[in-house]
Amino acid sequence: MVRTLLVRGMLVGILAGLLTFGFLKVYGEPQVDIAIAFETQMDLAKAAAARARGVAVQEQPELVSRQVQAGIGLFTAVMVYCTAFGGLFGLTFAFAYGRVPGLLTPRAVSLMLAALGFVAIYLVPNLKYPANPPSIGDPATIKMRTALYFIMIAISIAAMIGAFALRRLLIVRFGDWNANFIVAAYYLVIVVIAGFLLPVVNEVPQQFPAVVLWKFRMASLGAQFIMWTTLGVVFGASAERALTGGRVHA
Amino acid sequence: MTSTTFAPAFPVPAIPLRELLPWAIFAGLILLLAIYFVGAEEGATSLISGMYVHEFVHDGRHLLGFPCH
Repeated sequence: MVRTLLVRGMLVGILAGLLTFGFLKVYGEPQVDIAIAFETQMDLAKAAAARARGVAVQEQPELVSRQVQAGIGLFTAVMVYCTAFGGLFGLTFAFAYGRVPGLLTPRAVSLMLAALGFVAIYLVPNLKYPANPPSIGDPATIKMRTALYFIMIAISIAAMIGAFALRRLLIVRFGDWNANFIVAAYYLVIVVIAGFLLPVVNEVPQQFPAVVLWKFRMASLGAQFIMWTTLGVVFGASAERALTGGRVHA
Repeated sequence: MTSTTFAPAFPVPAIPLRELLPWAIFAGLILLLAIYFVGAEEGATSLISGMYVHEFVHDGRHLLGFPCH
C-alpha cells in the first residue's frame, strides 16, 4: 500500500507540476523578465562607473540562454519540485491516514495535509523570507539567506508536527473542535516568536519597482497554491480509491 | 506503535510503521535530494562544480520561493 500511495502521489505531483508550470509561464515569467532587465541596467551602470574610474570590466558569459531558462529550465525545475512533493505527500499521507482522530476519510486527510503543508512549508516561511525575483539579493549573503530560509521552514514544520502531537493529548479533555483552536494558537505562537527572533533580510534595491515585486510574489504564492490544492484534492480522490476500492463516501 | 489506537472508527486501519519506514527513508531521501537540486545546488552549497544546474533551474528556483544568488 505504501508503494501505491507513493506512486500515486508522484503521479498527482506530475499533474500538479503541469498546472503550476502553465500558471508560472503566464504570470511568473513576465516579472522575471522585467527583473532581469532591471538587473542588466544596474550592471551596465555599475560597469560604466567602473570604466570611468579606469577599472577593467569583464563581461560574464551567459551559461544558459534566457529562452532555455524560461522554457525547458522552468519546466524541469517545476516538474521535479512538484513530483518530489507529490511523492513526499503520498508518504506523509501513508503515515497520517488512520492516525489523526476525527479525520476519517482519505479525502479529508489529504485535504487537511495539503492545507497545512501549504501553510507550514510555504506560506509561513515566506511571510518571514519572501520569494524574490532576480536582481534582489547580494550574492555574498546567499549562504546565510538559504540557511535562514531552511531554518524557518524547519521550525515551522516542527511546530506543525508538535501541534498534532499536542492535539492528541488535548482532544480527550477539550474535544476535537476546541483542541483544533488551541493547537492552531500554539503553532502561531511558535512561528511568530521564531519570525521575531530570526534576523531580518531585506536586500531589495531602492529603485526596484514595487509593482513587479508584488506581482512576482503573488505569482510565486499562486503557483504554490495550485500545487498544494491539486495534491490535496486529486490525491485524496486517488488514495480513497486505492484504500477502500471506492466503498467509502462521506 | 504498529497497532492503531483509533482503528474501529476508521474505514481502513492505519499502515503499520514497520511497513512505512523503509519507504519513508529511501524514497524520502531521494525526493528530498531532488528538491535540493532544484532549490539550492550551486547556490549556497555545491555538489557539482560549475553553475550549469543553477542557471538551468534559475527561473524555477526564484519562482518557487528559494533564495537565489
